[in-house]
Amino acid sequence: MINSSLKTLSAMLADKKISAVELAARYLDRIDALNPRLNAFITVDREKTLVEARAADARRAAGEDINMLGIPIAHKDIFCTDGWLTTCGSKMLGNFIAPYDATVISKFKQAGMVSLGKTNMDEFAMGSSNETSYFGPVKNPWDEAAVPGGSSGGSAAAVAARLAPAATGTDTGGSIRQPAALCGISGLKPTYGICSRYGMIAFASSLDQAGPMAPTAEDCALLMNVMAGFDERDSTSLEREKEDYTRDLDKPLAGLKIGLPKEFFFTEGLSAEVAQKIDGAIAEFKKLGAQMVEVSLPNMGLSVPVYYVLAPAEASSNLSRFDGVRYGHRTAEYRDLLDMYEKTRAEGFGAEVKRRIMIGTYVLSHGYYDAYYLQAQKIRRLIAADFAAAFKQCDVILGPTSPTPAFNAGEKASDPVAMYLSDIYTIAVNLAGLPGMSIPCGFSNDGRPIGVQLIGDLFSEARLLNAAHQYQLNTDWHTRIPEGLK
Amino acid sequence: MKWETVIGLEVHTQLTTHSKVFSGSSTAFGAEPNTQASAVDIALPGVLPVLNKGAVERAIKFGLAVGATINRVNIFDRKNYFYPDLPKGYQISQLAKPIIEFGSLKINVDGEEKTIRITRAHMEEDAGKSLHEDFHGMTGIDLNRAGTPLLEIVSEPDMRSSAEAVAYARALHNLVTWIGICDGNMQEGSFRVDANVSVRPVGQAEFGTRREIKNLNSFRFLQQAIDYEVRWQIETLEDGGRVQQATVLFDPETGETRMMRSKEDAHDYRYFPDPDLLPVKLDESWIESIRAAMPELPQAMRERFQREYGLSVYDATSLTSQLDAARFFTDTVSLAGEAQAKLVANWMQGEVSANLNREEKNIVDAPITPGLLADLIKRIADGTLSGKLAKQAFEGLWAGEGGVDAIIEARGLKQMSDSGAIEKIVDEVLAANQKSVEEFRAGKEKAFNALVGQVMKASKGKANPAQVNEILKRKLGA
Repeated sequence: MINSSLKTLSAMLADKKISAVELAARYLDRIDALNPRLNAFITVDREKTLVEARAADARRAAGEDINMLGIPIAHKDIFCTDGWLTTCGSKMLGNFIAPYDATVISKFKQAGMVSLGKTNMDEFAMGSSNETSYFGPVKNPWDEAAVPGGSSGGSAAAVAARLAPAATGTDTGGSIRQPAALCGISGLKPTYGICSRYGMIAFASSLDQAGPMAPTAEDCALLMNVMAGFDERDSTSLEREKEDYTRDLDKPLAGLKIGLPKEFFFTEGLSAEVAQKIDGAIAEFKKLGAQMVEVSLPNMGLSVPVYYVLAPAEASSNLSRFDGVRYGHRTAEYRDLLDMYEKTRAEGFGAEVKRRIMIGTYVLSHGYYDAYYLQAQKIRRLIAADFAAAFKQCDVILGPTSPTPAFNAGEKASDPVAMYLSDIYTIAVNLAGLPGMSIPCGFSNDGRPIGVQLIGDLFSEARLLNAAHQYQLNTDWHTRIPEGLK
Repeated sequence: MKWETVIGLEVHTQLTTHSKVFSGSSTAFGAEPNTQASAVDIALPGVLPVLNKGAVERAIKFGLAVGATINRVNIFDRKNYFYPDLPKGYQISQLAKPIIEFGSLKINVDGEEKTIRITRAHMEEDAGKSLHEDFHGMTGIDLNRAGTPLLEIVSEPDMRSSAEAVAYARALHNLVTWIGICDGNMQEGSFRVDANVSVRPVGQAEFGTRREIKNLNSFRFLQQAIDYEVRWQIETLEDGGRVQQATVLFDPETGETRMMRSKEDAHDYRYFPDPDLLPVKLDESWIESIRAAMPELPQAMRERFQREYGLSVYDATSLTSQLDAARFFTDTVSLAGEAQAKLVANWMQGEVSANLNREEKNIVDAPITPGLLADLIKRIADGTLSGKLAKQAFEGLWAGEGGVDAIIEARGLKQMSDSGAIEKIVDEVLAANQKSVEEFRAGKEKAFNALVGQVMKASKGKANPAQVNEILKRKLGA
């Protein structure tokens, strides 16, 4: 049962084979049993969850029959959730009970989905290993010595260990796709502007985007149908006609042109194991009728430095509101206002957050703005133009999600640049605002999952989900669950 | 050495939208602290700004009113600094691409007209307020004002005296209230002026070092602050000192300015485009519909009053100092007839204005309406009322005693135009004032006026003065 797809769970609920309360209780029991080992959740509140589950059952009893009604889901602790502790993985918000729901959360509530709790994450979504969380690192369910990836590591680990059938994530530079790859699940970062950012605690506003994380592409499509859509409270949200993201799932892939960027395959640091599994995925797609074409993204090499100018710049400003004045952590004793600010922020933020605030403050400073921020914005446009050119030659771009399988906890924690390079394949997608997806495509020799990344042109989520779903119909990597957690 | 003063003004006008510039909270003044502060205003984690179209519309109106360039694409930036009443740790403002650039406004000082260039006007949000009293050594924060829409209007350093600065500030105040984008309430901070002041030797091309006087909330303080600052700068320079760039505050108690912070303490605001807000793109047809709905502007109306009604510069300027007064004037003229425009102007400048001042009322709250004033003017024009009697009738109108004719009747104010009756009074007056008659015949013109006065007095002011004059002259053989 714990390996049931959302479609199956939906049918079981509709057929009254199980109630929403029973379903939620099963996952809550599993969380109680396994979370102490994995630390995938920051907050679990059985009673709150059951209240939501009872409400879903009442709605069904009242005759409502919508497909996600009563299905449980875990939410990344970056989403404000009315009445729930919402920490963003930081001591700064260690006491913050959100007084409102993020738009994405209220959409899931309207659909009748039941919150299982708030998942662990890198502090303010800054990290690629979940080691920067104030609430302790998350363990990779496939190998507890390994990191789950980040920043949506708690969501990825929760889904991989089937502590939840699905979870929300957010992706600023790879934070859905990289942990999905490292934990052996599916994750989609939609086109920028598809999911509302209202109520999602901002890291880098021009890059942040919410998306689904679940075992399969089909699950992700069903979740997208709930969470996507225009929101007048988010000025960057796109006003488009409502889409059914499942509409193309069953299309055959014959004639699909898959672009293979040469830069993806000759990167320093790409592990042989990952390269081999990607080759396997290419072979599989060929069997399904796809054609491979070589494409080029000449500026991709600049994406990491560009990202580490722009994202910290926006973050340094976005995180200014955490000043101890109105909510969140405030230092116990202080002499004056400046002392209060300094101590509050020194105590409330962890090392990685401080590092990025300092980088961001520096690149926006008088005399450096033109050299760093403006220059980075120019290169960002070049990177977007590279993708636009590539999509004239192909429908979908394929490559690795992460250069390596999950690395060991502590391995890169003291080397920020090495850590930053683990997002080398995902970052350019955020800079260009494009949709990207990671799906499982094998395991390393020591049993750690490997993901393949599919990147689409703007608004081509349905096509990515189609390609991923067809691949998953012919492979079984996505159905595997870690031994010992079954 | 002779010195020249150079002044540029930055004026923060609070726009008249009902809700805030980036949230739906009310902008009403005077509510209990923090009762008009939503999740967006207090900058809870995760909230996002959404631009109030009404603020943009008002900015466009201003741009049209000062003949400025309206930037079809304009951009909101973040101005980053920490302060407890700045909830996000940054203010949303416009730096590189403001909505309005390159406008101008005409001012009039001692009959001399001068054009002041407006560099730019940009939209931004106001901060909250820090309350330093009543909290036992702590500071209270009230975020009701946070997010209130402002249009900051920046002039070129085109003014050369405090009088010009005040004239510009008044003209601007007149304009923004006229077009309805600002209520102009200076006590409540709806119109706040910062003055950049410097001095230089007459003839020198480069500007001197300026100091900025912050937050002047009355025209009187603006004048006093500049006058003090100019004296201080000249004295400092003449004593061999240097003026350092600084921000200063004006203390109305002492009438002096004092330094708040020097240039060295200036913040690095780390401006960058706000990624939460898209560039504002203005639709041509929207601008055109705003243009079409613009009222006639004070300057155009002033010139029209001079041209069409032959009013003096003084009268025309005074009548267009406030939209309500101008409307009262044009409404009255249209009822009384254009030929009476000058008379209407005189009455508005005279009795109406005096009564309003005495009772501290606005013209819209006056007991007299354009209809009543027009009726009064008509009775003067048709000879029913003399000027003197008309004043009494006006008192009746102001006191709410009814219509003009009813008051004339009730108060017995009808002018005596029966020449037989007047002649009789004249004869009596001549008989009783032989001394004045002789003086007049001896060439004393003044004696004639004394006789007119006596006739008017004897008729209890009702005799038609023109007829009195005519009859007297005839009788005296003049």
